[in-house]
Amino acid sequence: MEWFSDTLKTLQPVIRDYRLSFYLLNRNALQRYSLIIIALLILLAIFAPWISPFPTHAISETNPQDKLLPPSSRYLFGTDELGRDLLSRVIFGTRISLQTALIAVGLALLVGVPLGAIAGGVGGIVDEIIMRITDVFLSFPPLLLAIAIASFLGPSLQNAMLAIVISWWPWYTRIIRGQAVSIRERQFVRAARATGTPMTSIVFKHILPNTMAPVIVQASMDIGGVILTIAALSFLGLGAQPPTPEWGLLISTSRTYFLNAWWYSTFPGIAIFITVLVFNLVGDGIREVLDPRTRKF
Amino acid sequence: MKKFILRRLLLGVIVMLGVAVITFFVARVVPSNPAAKWAGPRATPEQIARATVELGLDKPLVVQFGKYLADLLQGNLGYSLRTRRPVTLELMESLPATIELVFISTIAAVFIGIPLGVISARRKDQLVDHLSRLFSIGVVSLPTFWIGLILQLVFFRTLGIFPMGGQLSTEIKVMMEIPKITGFIMFDSLITGNFKIFFDALWHIVLPGITIGMYPVGLVARMTRSALLEILSEDYITAARSYGLSERIVLWSYALKNSIGATSTVVALSIGYTLVNTFLTESIFTWPGIGSYIATAVIGLDYPAIMGVTIFSAFSYVVLNLVADIIIALDPRVRT
Repeated sequence: MEWFSDTLKTLQPVIRDYRLSFYLLNRNALQRYSLIIIALLILLAIFAPWISPFPTHAISETNPQDKLLPPSSRYLFGTDELGRDLLSRVIFGTRISLQTALIAVGLALLVGVPLGAIAGGVGGIVDEIIMRITDVFLSFPPLLLAIAIASFLGPSLQNAMLAIVISWWPWYTRIIRGQAVSIRERQFVRAARATGTPMTSIVFKHILPNTMAPVIVQASMDIGGVILTIAALSFLGLGAQPPTPEWGLLISTSRTYFLNAWWYSTFPGIAIFITVLVFNLVGDGIREVLDPRTRKF
Repeated sequence: MKKFILRRLLLGVIVMLGVAVITFFVARVVPSNPAAKWAGPRATPEQIARATVELGLDKPLVVQFGKYLADLLQGNLGYSLRTRRPVTLELMESLPATIELVFISTIAAVFIGIPLGVISARRKDQLVDHLSRLFSIGVVSLPTFWIGLILQLVFFRTLGIFPMGGQLSTEIKVMMEIPKITGFIMFDSLITGNFKIFFDALWHIVLPGITIGMYPVGLVARMTRSALLEILSEDYITAARSYGLSERIVLWSYALKNSIGATSTVVALSIGYTLVNTFLTESIFTWPGIGSYIATAVIGLDYPAIMGVTIFSAFSYVVLNLVADIIIALDPRVRT
């Protein structure tokens, strides 16, 4: 338990910072609504089976007699080519997108953060090697590496997620490393080094906890981008496979029918747009709040 | 200056080598049976065995990589599983169509995005600024492929103004001889005076052009705005203002010139985004570029073709960033 209270103590300034940031974020109307929408989306994702009008339509149940019906009071978003309720499928899609994006960003953090702390904390040749590797990964245009990896791993949602992790971690390594380099020369780290604290303990106990704030900001800003990337991979056929109600896949399937069924492509696209937009707006807000030059009290 | 460029070029070569290493790993080491992938899903055991020899998979990894690198240097990207033709050749054939699209969207990014960013910075926190920021953040939140479909719904299906896809109308393709000099239809028809073909091509590029161009316009506007805002708070801007220079000169001449570094980096970045976005949109507009090529390859799991496009795009992106860095180096403050 002592370990816990210690951690809590070191985290206290961070928590205070977050509370203040949240307060500042909450003052801007656009960002306040975005936060509310994010909360709603999360609720939608969790309670999808209870909220959606036809939960059985989400995966495999079909009713061909209702195929490609325009929006009506029974089917608010219309139906797809197998007569499934599009609204229910879009709601379940929220679950898939949020879940996949959170896991992908989490895993990328898990890989990128320790590597960055090691690079910045240890320095020298280790730093050089790790950073040159991240340089190479970042020299691919966004999405490209993920497409290549996903196609070689074989098309599936898990592999798409893995592909995103492999192409995304270097961003976090770079941020953490920048932080770590400046912290390495601070008094308390020097003191730890002088008293003979082992390197692993310096990196993971002294440096790492002090580098987390900016990377958390970056990660929250990245959620929107990752959702977009998953949808793009699925659209290309490299992500979720039918009958998964993933948004990108829904739009991809709709291509055969959309000229005579406008609702089929329109609603999943709006769902992607709103979700990515609110995450981007909040991310933008967080950055503005944390940047002392644009911070307004 | 010369030294900086030389060093940057050398770094570029090293990065390209790194790109080759990663693509090698993705193609040869990550899959459990690369020969089977390379030979295609319906390959016979003999074909797989032949692919094993062809790729040198029976040799040590270092030897394999050497062969891979030698092939790359000779521009040999293997044979497409679908068409059995060299991937390099097919890439060269589909490249002009993609370059036309990327070119149009980059022009839009520069000539719409930069002024939008400047105006936004000038009128910070006013209505114009809010609208342009909302636009910028809106377009980067939109799935590109969806914009394409919606534009088709509105402008083809409902209004019937623009064609659904393709580079030229079928009548024109059948009735007229398409000039082939450089492979760029618009350019070729313009210099040979075939205005009918030129305008038909122009008509066809509008919807894919808007679809592809939205993202870079938003991105460039956003970056230009933030770069300018940073510069506008510098002392030399205050000094320029205090000399009584007009706000227009301060903004467009003093501030914008100093933001060229940030802007050229973001233009390079946006070209990279555009290139990848063509992968998602060309197939919607049956645009015969490398985007359609890789989209077809992905569906058929045509690995040599996928890898070919990946390597080609990654290398062009490295070159692009190199150019951006050299432009930045024109700024004496950056040079060291």
